[in-house]
Formats: sequence, structure tokens, C-alpha cells
Amino acid sequence: MVINVILNGKKIQKDVEPDQLLLDFVRECGCCSVKRGCETANCGLCTVWMDGRPVLSCSVLAVRADGHEITTLEGLQKEAKEFGAFLSNEGGDQCGFCNPGFIMNVLAMEKELSDPTEEEIREYLSGNLCRCTGFVSQSRSIQKYLQYKKTEEGGKDA
Amino acid sequence: MKYVNQAIPKKDWEALVTGKPVYTNDLAPEDCLIVKLLRSPHAHAWIEEIRTENALKVPGIACVLTYKDVPKKRFAIAGQTVPQLSAYDHLLLDPHLRYVGDPVAIVAGETEAAVETAMRRIKVKYRVETPVLDMHTAKDNPILVHPEEDWKVLIPLGADAKRNLCASDVEEEGDVDAVYEACLYKIDETYTTVPNQQTMMETFRTYCYMDYFGRLNVVSSTQIPFHVRRIVSDALGIPSSRVRVIKPRIGGGFGAKQTSVSEMYPAIVTWITGRPAKILFTRKECMTSGSPRHGMEIRVRAGADSEGIVRVIDVHTLSNAGAYATHSSAVVGLTGHKSIPLYRHLKAHRFSYDVVYTNTQDAGAYRGFGATQGIFAVESAIDELAAKMHMDPVCLREKNMLLEGLPPRGYDGNLSVINSCALDRCMIRAKEMIGWSEKYPRMELGNGKVRGVGVAMAMQGSSIAGVDVGGASIKLNEDGSYTLGLGCADMGTGCDTILAQIAADCLGTSVDRIVVFGVDTDISPYDSGSYASATTYATGNAVMLACEELSRNITAHGAGMLGKAPEDTAFDGEAVTDGTSRVTLEEIALHATCGVGDQLQVSRTFSSPVSPPPFMVGIAEVEVDKETGQTKVIDYAAVVDCGTPVNPNLARVQTEGGLVQGIGMALYEDVQYTDRGSIRNNSFMQYKIPSRTDLGNIHVEFESSYEPTGPFGAKSVGELVIDTPCPAIANAIYNAVGVRVRDLPITPEKIMKEIWKKDRG
Repeated sequence: MVINVILNGKKIQKDVEPDQLLLDFVRECGCCSVKRGCETANCGLCTVWMDGRPVLSCSVLAVRADGHEITTLEGLQKEAKEFGAFLSNEGGDQCGFCNPGFIMNVLAMEKELSDPTEEEIREYLSGNLCRCTGFVSQSRSIQKYLQYKKTEEGGKDA
Repeated sequence: MKYVNQAIPKKDWEALVTGKPVYTNDLAPEDCLIVKLLRSPHAHAWIEEIRTENALKVPGIACVLTYKDVPKKRFAIAGQTVPQLSAYDHLLLDPHLRYVGDPVAIVAGETEAAVETAMRRIKVKYRVETPVLDMHTAKDNPILVHPEEDWKVLIPLGADAKRNLCASDVEEEGDVDAVYEACLYKIDETYTTVPNQQTMMETFRTYCYMDYFGRLNVVSSTQIPFHVRRIVSDALGIPSSRVRVIKPRIGGGFGAKQTSVSEMYPAIVTWITGRPAKILFTRKECMTSGSPRHGMEIRVRAGADSEGIVRVIDVHTLSNAGAYATHSSAVVGLTGHKSIPLYRHLKAHRFSYDVVYTNTQDAGAYRGFGATQGIFAVESAIDELAAKMHMDPVCLREKNMLLEGLPPRGYDGNLSVINSCALDRCMIRAKEMIGWSEKYPRMELGNGKVRGVGVAMAMQGSSIAGVDVGGASIKLNEDGSYTLGLGCADMGTGCDTILAQIAADCLGTSVDRIVVFGVDTDISPYDSGSYASATTYATGNAVMLACEELSRNITAHGAGMLGKAPEDTAFDGEAVTDGTSRVTLEEIALHATCGVGDQLQVSRTFSSPVSPPPFMVGIAEVEVDKETGQTKVIDYAAVVDCGTPVNPNLARVQTEGGLVQGIGMALYEDVQYTDRGSIRNNSFMQYKIPSRTDLGNIHVEFESSYEPTGPFGAKSVGELVIDTPCPAIANAIYNAVGVRVRDLPITPEKIMKEIWKKDRG
């Protein structure tokens, strides 16, 4: 069936199979940042935004995206690089395979939670697995990034 | 040192954090055939008949291959240097099926749907046989996992397929039994571990295509590009000169990708059909037909005298190889070789082992490579010994630990004495960090919960002495930049970056001026690969050797341009000068490339006669709920001696990541088999790895020694760091609630059972 999706700000019309997953759809559209790490909706690697809210694209049919806005890391390059610099400054990028899904959720969290505690951060990101880092460097980078954004915002207000 | 010991970001960071298409499946051609494997539903069976004609009729199917279509010569899939230790016991497809998941047929087609339909239409008649599932009954069992006559082993190590033995040996120094009997305090206990999964986020995957020279190109997520080239050539029965292996970015390995798990299947499809082909293992396949840690049972006998001096350690390991020998005879060695030497006053020690074939998933290499299991057993036993003596386990270790300048008893790294060891300083610092003297042994919280602390020491190696080969090539480009060619495999750890840091300091240039290239077996210098904690040490040394020689060549070239003798000039990284006149690096580079000169390029290899061990101390603080057995690691203090940390950030993240994998192994990660030999825990639903909400605080510090044979004093770090959590947590739980769980993982049920047992007296 034919679906209309706004993918990273661009209108796309495509004929898809009824059982195609959003994950495979966005990869076919060239958004290779979106990865598959499991078949059981546990790992968070395939996180994309649907109308600005994070979803697991392995658990959403492509047809469900009809008429919706889908954002992948390809549509958030500036933001990804800005946060990613903090991540890599801690050595937390590592193999990088989970980075896109993780960063999609960090950026969503930044919009959704103001001044989150460490516990709230861990809770929000609990669905993003990473086997390289043990999460500690990720936490350090998030704290430093949020602090930086706060200072930046403060600077703007003044 | 301008770059070594600096925490610079990884050179590939920007591509990784912005999600660029840099991994195997991102790069695969769109017209790749999809390759999938029909796998055995039986733990032990023979294919009596296999019919593929209906499968071949499915539209879009390019080929269906069975054992009749593949070469009949056995090979080994372990990524090891030749002559390889692992038995030649593998065929690409074999009518004898040895575990649930063993491949029965290879199916390739235009779409996944077509391939799945075709797989359902393959008719197989199995002759189902009784499997050997229990490693305790495997040795000398009449049921043989490898009865075939063409089973072959190049380095015997006690292997005998007619006894289901992959390896069996005894190493002994001193009169172990007499010393043990004479000890005032004795412990004799058995510890078990399960076959943990590496669960790197990117599953096994490979794509292949033929190039315009008629050569098979294999692009794969691997830690061992050069071994893969050899293994694929063995599997397909073609010369390795017809095979080229390319490694793009890798989504984690942890040893899983030190085995050629996925490459041969698309390789034979492409070789036969001429079409590009790719295979992507599902997570379930990764869990059931991967290359996990060896499940082991380790008996430790240890004894100490009245002063608390440990006089004897006797380790016997029973290791489950599974259906194929893959790495097994090498892995088992580390259970003794990296645990016994931690103790310096031994009068006698013995290490014996049996490694057996069973009809279960074959185990391979997982970070720690046997040391993790051995250290769990020995470091648990030492705490049990301390308890018998009513001695603080830290104090016992301080009296007995290996120190710099002393001989490591029973170590395999060809060292008569240890030249670099800060284990004593690691212990002092770890104690301070956790607050050992205030917290040992326990603190009741008054709400049914109790906290306890537990300690463990660990060591590993830095490359396999006399075996591993590091390779590096360095060339001066026309603009004065350098290209560093590598044959090891950065699997996310950042070795491309730390090797560039080493090169930059050797050449007196900026790290931005070092272009890193790797890996392409056609171009990269030979390197045995990224495993055995070898890369920083062995490849790092190769980089130093290559850069030193290039530096001399640059000096000579510059001297020639100045009309001087090389010994009258010097190269400072920017120019060659004789004190009065100078010629810049850029001028030399341009002259040597576009001018008349010799190209300035050097390729060097390094193989170490010794394997200097890194050391660490880990102390866990756990909180145990006495009603439920629920256990959480509240705090973990780790102090690491990896020699000079070449990049402190990356060494720290290695440590943190290794600790958390170790915490998973200690507390949650379980592999359970059904009575029929299939794995219950085949997804992230059932095989729980730690998530960020499971964890308390983790504190990592470095107490560096200086390793004289290492690049800038460096030793390894990657594997060592997984070795302390299992024993430290087991010991902390004992100190908290007074019960000892000797079987991993230490689940709440096991703790409660022990608590009830103790309460009943």
C-alpha cells in the first residue's frame, strides 16, 4: 500500500508491504543510522522519532507512519554532532553501533525533561543498551552536555 | 610525550556519533543475495536424506547448498596463528549435525521472504542420535561428537577425538599433595561458570562480491581479517591469494569476532553464483550459533600455613568446548596461567585440565579468555581460605600477592621475573576508594538489607608470547602527512586512535597528520588481529619500530638534500637540519614522492618473546535483601595497572565496560539448556545483560607501572578488566550474608537457598 511520510523534513511517497517494519522502511530510504540490534524490542538501537517522540522502529509498522513525521539521526546531524562531541570527549562513542538510537533518545529527553536527576536520566534511557561502555562515560557526557546547554541558555537569556 | 597518555577523542568519532553508514550492512550493495542458514533442530543427528528441489522452485532463489555441494576437507574456524591450536574438525556443511543450530543448508535468494519460503520447503530426513549434553559425562563416553577419521589436530595438547577430548594436560611444580597436606589451613572447593554471550550490539555479518580480477572480496565485521582470509580459503578450497578481506567499522566484538562465524556462508554463495551475497545473523542466531564463553567447572585446592602464607594452589579445570574445538585448547590454559601466579609464596602448584566435546553450541573467545573463569574460582577460594583463618581477605592478599621483580609461578608469558607490577599500589588505592577498613565485612541497614564488600585481584597477558604478530606500515605523503597502515582490527575500542597517538609522538608530528588506514588484506601489513590483549602492546611496538625507521630514512633523505651526511643532521618532526641550513618535512616529502627520490615508506612487524601481564584490584560493595536474595552492586572501585595508559579516556572506558560485563556475568547472564540440548536464553528477553538502571557507582583509577618492553611503557587493558567482578561480588555477598555461592550467575534464588540452608543449620 502507498504511504505518505515526512522523513527528516522531506515528503516521501512509497509503496510498502503491509508487514514492513518502519526500521526497514527508513533504512531503505537511506537512513542507515537506524540499526537493528535484536528482534525483541529490547536494545533501543532502532529508536527514531514519530512526530517528535521516540519510538522503537522495530515495533512500528511502516504503514503506521502514514501521515506522520519521522525523524532519524540523518535529520539531526547538527544536534548529534553537538552532543556527540561530549560523548567522544569521554571516550564513550566506542564501537558506535548503539550511538544513533542512544543519541535520538538523549535529544528527546533533553526536550522532554528539564533539569533531570541522574536517576531520571537512567530511567529515561534504560531501554538503550550498550555493551562497550558500561554506561558510565555516557552518563558523564550527558551531565556535561546538559550543563553546557544550561549555561548556553542562561547566556542567551542574559 | 605530547599525545601518548592524553585523553583525545577517537579519530572516527564524528562518523560514529552522526550515524554515518560505516558498518558492514550499511556498505553492502543493494543487489546482494540474502543468505540464510537452515539449522539443525537436533543436538545430535545425521542427515539421511536432504531434498532441495522444491526449495529451488521458489521464485528468486539463487542457490540451495547442502553438504553434497561443499568441499570435504576439514578446517578450523578459530582465529589463531598457524599452526593453529584448534582441531581441524569443521566442514562448511556436514551430514553429521552436532548441536541444535548446526547448519544443514545454505539458502540464497533475492529477498528475505523468498529465502524463508525456500527454507521451509527443504525436506530433511534426520537420523536422530542420543546427544552428549553433560560435560561431566563427555570424556570417554561411547557417543562420540567427532567420530570421523579425518579429524586432525596439529598441536596435540592431549586431544583425542575418540575420547571426546579437545585437550587434556597436567602442569606441576613441586610436591603439591605433600605441601597441601602440610598446610594448617586448607580449602578444596569447586566453582562453575556458564557459557556467557558477548552480545556485541552488531551481530555477526558479512557480504561478499567478485571483483574484476575474479577474486573473492569479503567485507566482514571481524577482529581477524588475515585469519579470515586463510579460513575462507580453507573452507572453500581455494588459494588465499584469491581472497581479499576488508574490515569496515565494527559494532563490537569482545572476542566473538575472533572466530570466523559468518564469513564462509556468503563466500561460497558468491564463489558459486558470482553474485554479491550477504548474511546478517539474527540476535537469536548470535545467541545459539555464535561463539560464547566456555562453561567450566573449576576445582581449587589451596593451602596456607599458620602465618597466612599461601603455600600451594592446585587448579583443575573441566571445560565444555561444545561441538567444535574452536579456541578451546587455548582458552583453558588461562584458567590456571593467569590465576596461580597472583600468589608469590607458593612452594608447589599444579594446573590440570580436561576440555571435552559435547553436543552443545561450540564456545570460542570471549574477553578474558579463560582467565575470567579461573580468577573467579581462585579468588573465591582464597577468600574461603581467609574465612577459615579469620583473616581479613585484603590482608591475606597483601601478604601473598605478586610483586615487581619476583617470578610469576605457573605463568605462561615466558617471564622469569615480573618487570612491571603495581598490584600492591592498586590494592592500597582500591581499599581507600571503597573505604574497606570502615565497611569490611558488612553493614546492616536495618531494613532487611545488608551491605558487604568483597575484593579480588586479576592479571592477564599482553599478546601471546612468541606467537602474536603486530604489523604496521607508515609512509610519508607528499604534503608531509603520514599514512599509518594497520592490519589489526579496531572493533570500537579505539586502537586506530591510540596507535596514531604512538606514531605521532614517534615522528614528532600532530595526531591530525596521521591518516589511519585499516584493514584490507591486500594493502595492510600482516597482523594476527585484535585479540589476546595484543594490539596496544604488539601492534604498538610495530608502530614504534616502523616510525623509528621512517624517521631515520627521512633524516637521511633530508641530509642528502642538504648535501650532508645523515649523522651530521637531525630530524625534529618539522625539518631536517645540520644546525645552519634546514630542509622542511614538506620539502622532503614532495622530493621523495614527486621528485627523484625513494618513496619514504616502512613496514615493520613485532612479535614479543614475553607477555608482560597487566594487573588490577577490584572491590565490590553489594547490597543484599535478606528476604529475597536480591543483590545490587552499590559501588565498585577498580584500580588498574596497564602500564602507561596510552589514552586514559579509552583505557577508562575499557575498564568501565569490562566491569559491567563482569557484573552481568556475576549476577544475571545465564545460559540454560533444555533436556534436548537447545538454549532457552536466546534473546535479550531471556538473556539479561546489565542496563543502566541496574548499576551503582563505578570508580576507576590507574596506578601505572612502566613496562620496559611496552610502547612508551604500555601494557594491555582490554581483557583484564572483566576478571574481577565475579569473585569480588561473590566475596562481597559472602561478607554480607555469610553464604557462599560457587555457581555463576549468583541469582537471588541461589542466595536464598544458601541462606535457608544456613538458617536450618
